[in-house]
Amino acid sequence: MNDKRETEAASEAAPLSPAGEAAPVVNNRRARAPVRKQANRRKFIRSAVMIGGVLGLAMLGYVPVAGAQRTRLRPPGALEESDFLASCIKCGQCVQVCPVAAIRLDDIDSGFGIGVPWIDARAQACDFSCDAVQCILACPTGSLTYHKPAALATRPGMPLARAPLLKAKEKDAEPTLNLAERMGIARLSRPDSCLAVQGKGFRGQARGADFRGRLRYVERDRWRPVAVRDHPYERDLCNLCVSECPIGDAITMLATVAADGRRQYQPQVLEQCVGCGVCEMICPVDPAAIVIDARQPWAI
Amino acid sequence: MSASERLRVMFGAAPLKPERVTPAAQQVHQLKRMTKADFEALKQHARDHQLVNHKWRNRRWAVLLLVNLLFTFSFWLDIQMLEGSLTASRFVGFHLIDLNSALQVMLAHRHVIVNLFIGTATVFVLWVALGGRSFCSWVCPYHIVAEWFEWLHLKLAARKLVSDHEFHRGARSVLWFAFALLAVLSGYTVFETISPTGILSRALIYGPSLALGWVLLLLLFEVLYSRRAWCRYVCPIGMTYGMVGAISPLRVEYRLEHCFHEGDCRKVCLVPHVLDVVIKGRAADLKTPIGPDCTRCGLCVDVCPSGALVFGIKGLNRLL
Repeated sequence: MNDKRETEAASEAAPLSPAGEAAPVVNNRRARAPVRKQANRRKFIRSAVMIGGVLGLAMLGYVPVAGAQRTRLRPPGALEESDFLASCIKCGQCVQVCPVAAIRLDDIDSGFGIGVPWIDARAQACDFSCDAVQCILACPTGSLTYHKPAALATRPGMPLARAPLLKAKEKDAEPTLNLAERMGIARLSRPDSCLAVQGKGFRGQARGADFRGRLRYVERDRWRPVAVRDHPYERDLCNLCVSECPIGDAITMLATVAADGRRQYQPQVLEQCVGCGVCEMICPVDPAAIVIDARQPWAI
Repeated sequence: MSASERLRVMFGAAPLKPERVTPAAQQVHQLKRMTKADFEALKQHARDHQLVNHKWRNRRWAVLLLVNLLFTFSFWLDIQMLEGSLTASRFVGFHLIDLNSALQVMLAHRHVIVNLFIGTATVFVLWVALGGRSFCSWVCPYHIVAEWFEWLHLKLAARKLVSDHEFHRGARSVLWFAFALLAVLSGYTVFETISPTGILSRALIYGPSLALGWVLLLLLFEVLYSRRAWCRYVCPIGMTYGMVGAISPLRVEYRLEHCFHEGDCRKVCLVPHVLDVVIKGRAADLKTPIGPDCTRCGLCVDVCPSGALVFGIKGLNRLL
């Protein structure tokens, strides 16, 4: 619009110009240049602001990572958290192979953790129904790995003393899981609410009729996990965390005799605990008396 | 026509052909004379403009939807053909890894395992064969959604309710290097956080996420402020595949003889700078391959009424 008006003004001025025919062309250029220059400058500034905005928004992803209040329970074989976030390509192949659908992907509110797999053990724990740790097998980048390269960080207390024995495979030629490090460690966080500590038994559906979680019950079907609600229990002393634990020598029921002669019970987590979260899922009290400390080492 | 002749016509006589025509007028008449073939060609061209042809667009949309649905159904129906998402997947067991995602992971993690290398190399070869940025228009789910919202932008722009604010196209190069540098410096795959391609692909396969809100904001930005801004000025994925496309034999070719220089192709193009050659006087040769930034979407092929833009394979005489 501006441009046009100035061109018209220039051509009107032409006949009056004493300098001859070339003058209007020169005038014309002079009149137009600042407009074009201004438009270019605006475009440049706009582009710089846009670049800053895009980078700024992307870097906002660091905020949830830096101030992570919650440490997520990651699938088995996960590298240390910062290595894990760096190497995970956010494809979800681990999600696709999990037979109990324990793995879910994080959302944008986790910043750089977007699309990274995690496990909500209380809702659906990893029970190693797949036997071979399929998610590790599926991972294309080595974010989940059987054998961590020596160059990558390992914290003391994370490696398992020996290959964990999978109870479901007890009679197989190779009864152990190919898993070198723990995912976390179970802890009796609310002993007061623990039924065993109270000396109580448990009857019925461990997590109620609406619970959608599944678990492998080898005596029912080794290859098809069953909904927990379809497998009611009847225990004189509640020991679900011990009996349903898929790993050998990971948890035991400690029995002591009190001064008044009464027997007292308490679940005791052992060093072979891999932190899969089955105990947290199956615990019939709400909130669970036993929980997984995600990505925490064995420390005793 | 003499004065008496003009009067005779006024009183009722029929006008006669002139007896004498000046040489100047004769010359003009000569220039305006057309053969029948010329005339028919002109009519045909005008008629061709009326023909709406969406051949390549329809094929492309079908392929794009099919690929993305194959991901979805591989998981939902457990048909296990194409497992994973666009960032990384397995096609009947063979690793496929998106080049830009692989780059981000390699730079952030600095540890490349065999599967990651195999998947990346496979995808590199695949897109060298298929045209590089053809990933954008034939596979990327954000592309098709942005295409639909672009339609809205153009409608609003035609009513002067919005206008297109262009950015400097160098912005994408700056961002490509910046995201690469950020991955190295921070040790995180920074770009993946805001990548609408990854977000949409995962949402299609694993269900909706909050991150779709970000994608919607991007689309609104494109509708209200800047046409196709993400694909044109930001997306490093497009830049990565563009570099691959530079050595690809599959591209759109421009044929000067067929061109009427009307510029319809540049109006529909996502990256009109690659079509600079169609401007009258710009083409250096009879045939010119369109540059690597071209997404091989075929919109220009569809819109050109005279077949001046066609898909071609370098070294093959037969044109598609």
